[in-house]
Amino acid sequence: MSRTRTPVVTGWFAGEGDDFRLLGTRCSACASVFFPREDAFCRNPGCSGGELVEVPLSRRGRVWSYTDSRYRPPSPYVSDRELEWQPYALIAVELAAERLVVLGQAVPGVAVADLTVGMEVEVVPGVLNEDAETTWTTWHWRPTGVTV
Amino acid sequence: MTDEVAVLGAGMHPWGKWGRSFVEYGTVAARAALADAGIDWRRVGSIVGADTVRGGYPGYVAGATFAKALGWQGARVASVYAACASGAQAVSTARAQILSGLADVVLVVGADAAPKGFFRPAGGDRADDPDWLRFRVLGATNPTYFGLYARRRMAVHGDTPEDFAQVKVKNAAMGALNPNARYRKRVTAEEVASSAVVADPLRLLDICATSDGGAALVLSSMEFARRHGAADPVRIRAVSTVTPRYPSTVLDLPDIATDSAVSVEPADETFRASIARAAYEEAGIGPRDLSLAEVYDLSTALELQWYEDLGLCGEGGGAKLLAEGATALGGRIPVNVSGGLSSFGEAVPAQAIAQVCELTWQLRGTAGDRQVAGARVGVCANQGLFGHGSAVIAVR
Repeated sequence: MSRTRTPVVTGWFAGEGDDFRLLGTRCSACASVFFPREDAFCRNPGCSGGELVEVPLSRRGRVWSYTDSRYRPPSPYVSDRELEWQPYALIAVELAAERLVVLGQAVPGVAVADLTVGMEVEVVPGVLNEDAETTWTTWHWRPTGVTV
Repeated sequence: MTDEVAVLGAGMHPWGKWGRSFVEYGTVAARAALADAGIDWRRVGSIVGADTVRGGYPGYVAGATFAKALGWQGARVASVYAACASGAQAVSTARAQILSGLADVVLVVGADAAPKGFFRPAGGDRADDPDWLRFRVLGATNPTYFGLYARRRMAVHGDTPEDFAQVKVKNAAMGALNPNARYRKRVTAEEVASSAVVADPLRLLDICATSDGGAALVLSSMEFARRHGAADPVRIRAVSTVTPRYPSTVLDLPDIATDSAVSVEPADETFRASIARAAYEEAGIGPRDLSLAEVYDLSTALELQWYEDLGLCGEGGGAKLLAEGATALGGRIPVNVSGGLSSFGEAVPAQAIAQVCELTWQLRGTAGDRQVAGARVGVCANQGLFGHGSAVIAVR
């Protein structure tokens, strides 16, 4: 049975392979960038308010910090309780052009021991979890030196 | 400078995992604070409750819940919520009522009954709630954020896990002296190092537990305190309840990303540093005037961060200040002589009130074995998720 691939959150990322990008919005008046996207109002208190236009974020950034989850997170995180918990790394990535830090899971197989602050990483499509009908997709950070 | 209010009474229900209702903990604490103040509950003009999101509807209307439990007597009521900073918001609300003349005696109460394991978001599918999203999309529990901050300190300031462990050693030694603390056993650096990693680089003994507990204060106008016979009470001189300034560039719970600094240059000062500065400015004092500090040590690494944010040392100097013994009992500026969250575990809406209780006992000179000699000025500080700063300065 084939599952439908559905983003875990609508409108936060799009594209396949090398075209995969996180999607934010940019204020047409003050150029502030927002991720997660703001679609109603610009949050810069000094901005009179412009149109918020969707923009892809930089593919690559540098590790601001990282950690991992050695214990199973509670719901609404979805994991198979029949299986032994497999820790995964979380990486906070600084995007130079947008001057912001975005958190994300590392690609499976990359552990904290593989990471250093300042290392270059890139955003790649990933799978968060699967259920009977749906493959829930997400973004992952992958060190640029690694091919998976 | 703002006028002062008097702390007439302080009371707590001991922290632990008691398995009973938050209402009971809060009521025990309230009765203890009223007895400490020598005030009949029926004389109290206003009650302010710090809410809990874990107690169902009664938790969202904590002020009224505690008023009913103490026996309805017609007092003005307010209930406030600001996550970990809820207690300070309750103190702030009470102070504003006193200073504006709306009430002369106000009872402040906060209590919580914590679940086992990680805090988790409210139920339901709520894709517009950042707190729900961070769990659904990333599985980012509170300790993972503490882990990110700790790793960042290691990279930027050269802190080590051994530095972090020494915070636990210090706080456990002080918590062992506090009858209200949940954990009353000394801990060695080896025990920290052999506890399980929860969120790299932090281990179980680096991270505060979640606890049951309750704390309460009776606050009054200075004029009422004099009439009541309290000639030299502990006074609250400042309450900071600031929010961040755009763009906020430190990843804060429960956010998945920071603000962008592309169009507005960030302030030189971080949000946490601004929390303390606002309190210092209001009190007309500086870090050099402090006798002690109570800070929100959600993790050992975060306590070191607070040293810097409070101006006890320069940026990156936290580990050195700790290693010198300055923040231990008997040091230049003892921090978390209560034992801190490390020894208490977090009972969210009670915690900032408990910090003020500790300042009160220290400034009165009645803190027993953990007394800071000659304490005259104390600060407590914390930060609640969703952008809540809180700091209180008390003097005597």
